[in-house]
Amino acid sequence: MAEPMGFFTDTSVCIGCKACEVACKAWNQLPARNGGKVQLSGQSYDNTVSLSGIQWRHVKFIEQFSADRSTGRWLMMSDVCKHCVRAACLEACPTGAIIRTEFDTVVIQQDVCNGCRACISACPFGVIEINPETNTAMKCTLCYDRLQAGLVPACAQACPTQSIQFGPISELRQRAQARLEQLHSQGVTQARLYGHDESILGGLNSFYLLLDEPETYGLPSQPHLPSTRVPTAATLSTAAAVALGLLGLVGLRKQRMDQLAATSQRADDRE
Amino acid sequence: MGSNMAENHPVAFRWVAEAKRRGAKLVHVDPRFTRTSALADLYVPLRSGTDIAFLGGLIRYVIENEKYFKDYVVNYTNAATIIRDEFQDTEDLEGVFSGLKEAPQGTNQKYVYDNATWQYKRTAPFDAAKAREEAKKAATFAEMIQKMVPPAAEKDPTLQHPRTVFQIVRRHFSRYTPEMVEQICGTPKELFLRVAELLTENSGPERTTMFVYAMGWTQHTYGVQNIGAAALLQLLLGNVGRPGGGILALRGHATIQGSTDVPTLHHSIHGYMAHPDARRNHDTLRDYMLTETRPTGYWANLPKFLVSYLKSMYGAAATPENDFGYDWHPKIAGDYSFMASFHAMAKGEIKGAFFFGQNPATSINGGLIRRALANLDWMVVKDNFEIETAAFWYKSPEVESGELKPEQIKTEVFLFPSAQVAEIEGTFTNTQRWIQFHEKAADPPGDCRSDAWFTHQLALRLKKLYADSTLPRDQGFKNLTWDYDYEPGKYPTNTRIQGEPDVMKIWREINGFKTDTGELLKGFGELKDDGSTTCASWIYCGAYPEEGKFLPASRNPDPDDQPGTHLGWAYAWPANRRILYNRASADPNGNPWSERKKLVWWDAGQKKWVGYDVPDFPATKAPDTPAKPGAAGMDAHDGKSPFILLTDGKGWLFVPTGLADGPLPTHYEPIESPVPNLLYPKWPTNPIAKVYEHERNQLAAVGDPQFPIVLTTYRLTEHHLSGAMSRWLPWLAELQPELFVEISPELAAEKGIQNLDLVRITSKRGTVVAKALVTPRLRPLTVNGKPVHQIGMPWHWGFMGLSVGDVVNDLTSWVADPNVMIHEAKALLVNVEKAR
Repeated sequence: MAEPMGFFTDTSVCIGCKACEVACKAWNQLPARNGGKVQLSGQSYDNTVSLSGIQWRHVKFIEQFSADRSTGRWLMMSDVCKHCVRAACLEACPTGAIIRTEFDTVVIQQDVCNGCRACISACPFGVIEINPETNTAMKCTLCYDRLQAGLVPACAQACPTQSIQFGPISELRQRAQARLEQLHSQGVTQARLYGHDESILGGLNSFYLLLDEPETYGLPSQPHLPSTRVPTAATLSTAAAVALGLLGLVGLRKQRMDQLAATSQRADDRE
Repeated sequence: MGSNMAENHPVAFRWVAEAKRRGAKLVHVDPRFTRTSALADLYVPLRSGTDIAFLGGLIRYVIENEKYFKDYVVNYTNAATIIRDEFQDTEDLEGVFSGLKEAPQGTNQKYVYDNATWQYKRTAPFDAAKAREEAKKAATFAEMIQKMVPPAAEKDPTLQHPRTVFQIVRRHFSRYTPEMVEQICGTPKELFLRVAELLTENSGPERTTMFVYAMGWTQHTYGVQNIGAAALLQLLLGNVGRPGGGILALRGHATIQGSTDVPTLHHSIHGYMAHPDARRNHDTLRDYMLTETRPTGYWANLPKFLVSYLKSMYGAAATPENDFGYDWHPKIAGDYSFMASFHAMAKGEIKGAFFFGQNPATSINGGLIRRALANLDWMVVKDNFEIETAAFWYKSPEVESGELKPEQIKTEVFLFPSAQVAEIEGTFTNTQRWIQFHEKAADPPGDCRSDAWFTHQLALRLKKLYADSTLPRDQGFKNLTWDYDYEPGKYPTNTRIQGEPDVMKIWREINGFKTDTGELLKGFGELKDDGSTTCASWIYCGAYPEEGKFLPASRNPDPDDQPGTHLGWAYAWPANRRILYNRASADPNGNPWSERKKLVWWDAGQKKWVGYDVPDFPATKAPDTPAKPGAAGMDAHDGKSPFILLTDGKGWLFVPTGLADGPLPTHYEPIESPVPNLLYPKWPTNPIAKVYEHERNQLAAVGDPQFPIVLTTYRLTEHHLSGAMSRWLPWLAELQPELFVEISPELAAEKGIQNLDLVRITSKRGTVVAKALVTPRLRPLTVNGKPVHQIGMPWHWGFMGLSVGDVVNDLTSWVADPNVMIHEAKALLVNVEKAR
């Protein structure tokens, strides 16, 4: 396997220009929603609204202002598939369409996917959706075709402020740590990294520098794999089965006792 | 200030982001909280159109707190120069300068200035008219210029004399206090003072501050003075000619810089030489030289630049005997700027028009423009799509309403499909004056052709038409050189397009060559005024110094450990200098002001200027060189005068010539303002602003209760200008799919408007409907004790294309800055109401 590769997205220099969205669509030949004829969302400057089967990069806009404007900021963040080291979609995929590549990225093989949607409900970040044109599940491939040709992914190439940085994960982690320390020393105490270590799904190969709680950006603080819930669920099921069994036994016993009582009563009656 | 760099110049903003990573502080002063504000360390709101009050406040702060860079100010600016006794300031005349007089007919102004009293006080009497008579008799241009040299100006290096520029500036801005700034701009005083502190902490020998502006400063009836105020401030702080300093003008379009250098301007020919003008004393070549040549400083070389330009126009036909064809050259006879031209069109005075990459049907006072277009006999639109201008006759709001009927519009429209930038080879010039060559990636589809192809083919056909004319007026066109066809056998073979001109031949003409040998010129120092050199644009001379060496195509960046001036990347005019006036990066003795900010310095051993940049100074002129009394040209300057293009070699805090509306920036309100002028109640607006009178160009009076809200128009990252390059593209249309109006929650509550409601916005000129985007990024400001609401609208929309919307410019008016005739789209008055 080649070295694990991925994205470090430094939201502190994101200018919300959406060049990543357009570069992604241009390279991957993804259509605009409804041919580009859509309505204003009314949600800040976000009109593509969410990641989807035809929207593999999505810039979020979060307006935070106090009523008197004494404090205020406008956060922007380019969202994308996290290429999790422990990827829920990959685990959930029944056909084996979702694979881990030699770059440690997660890719849905379009010729294998049968559109069953198991991966959609498995993903804790809401990244995957069905592309209505192909009826298969689609998401960011981290430009697998470009990587194989030794090129930088289209979004990172287009990003004018280097908010989206591409490279070997080990190097990106060092860069992110240095940037975090710099921001802290400049008094930006709210800055934090997200997904840079194993604590989140074994590590996100697309990780972030955020300026607020993950929830502010619509990211879960503690995302779970469906499979991590399996032991608990199994225990609970066993317990439930035992309880039900016991209840059944109790019930049966009661029935029997009732029957016995009735019989004896009848016997008594007979007496 | 005056720019939304992150949104409108995102690629250049890369370097701001990089500077931030290295610890630079970013301050954004703007009426709206934009994507630039989002990245700023400090966001400061101000009422749109009050930048001079804000900058004037900073100027006062710097002077009163003695935060100016004293050595720089005394040596490198005209602070010590004494102005004529007759000069009267706005403080003396309640808001205007001496020299105000009623405007002549046809200027579209009420007043104009005579700048005679603004001049330097000379050490001896000087009769300019008499000198001119003497000069006219001179045998050579050099002798002629020599006779025009005035006596030296009076100075007081202690800056104490009450008529020194420094004291005049101090008095002029004395009332621009932080309290006054708050009253006028609506900027809280504490925020203003925080900006003043950051600015002064980051200026001086060790540090520099840069101002970045764009249309937020220019699109006002005092746009030039906005920038002048910044220049004054930066000179006081010593932030000009030094790395990390200066005033960065972000242009509104790719290679707008190039199109003013090799101009599409109405009042200027190549290299910022004045266009021959029937209204000025330009009757003969000699008259032109006498009127336009500044006898001291580098511009004393104007005769060399102009004669070489005329040689490039008329080639061998231009001889000393016929004044190098000067009489063939067209002269302007009036204001041919954008609004003036449409004003004439509205009156039926223009028959035909070409629109290349321009969409006037969605431009300033769009309703009036579209009605004016209907007066044309013919119109050529060359664009990528059928834009609003090409379709005005069957799809404009006036046609929809029934006012204009297609069958009654006589205008014949020719729509030519255009090639796009990647389908053309050529050069772009960016705002840093770098000329950069770009190659062609692919042939354009179908009949799409480059602008060069179109112009070349049109000229060839016109030349044929005129070939047999014997009319005197046609001789200039007949003698015009037009030799841009490829040499036989040299036409590129990897294209199906035929008839393109050879762009390197055009470059040969721009760069210039020796007329006898054809040898390319290595720089403008080689230019002559005797016809032995030809050069279209003196400032571009040297970019193509020899065959096979075309510097705009050069791509050799500095390695990481080098200073980073990147002299091997592209070519920066003039002479590949990256920072203009960089002599100012060294102290008067020629040593760097500080190690941290060193750029160019005097090497006493080598007896020349050296450094990381190409010195913008005579290469071997030592710092201790005295000025030669009475000399012309560069000899008039000493070795301590960095501003070589100015007559006295000094940065002008006070501008005695060149500006139509005063030697110092002065706060006036926009033509349409909700409040009176608190500083000069007698003169609410710029007294010499241009107003193009028309029944459809009505203006709201100051404080008009029907139009109480300030509208500022702007652009978004997702679209380009009138949308002609973006609203047709699905990937861009979906990013900002509909016209909207940004409204603060406070105004929305007052008007009962919810997010996404349809809102009607009305000015004295028109009405548009847009969806409301209610956002706390806009806020009401307290101005002179009362709340003032500001709303914002992007102006990218029109009635053609994939994403359509009302034309926001239907609200704007034909009023203009008197220097450059730019409109005022950043501050106008409107009302808003819920549409349904």
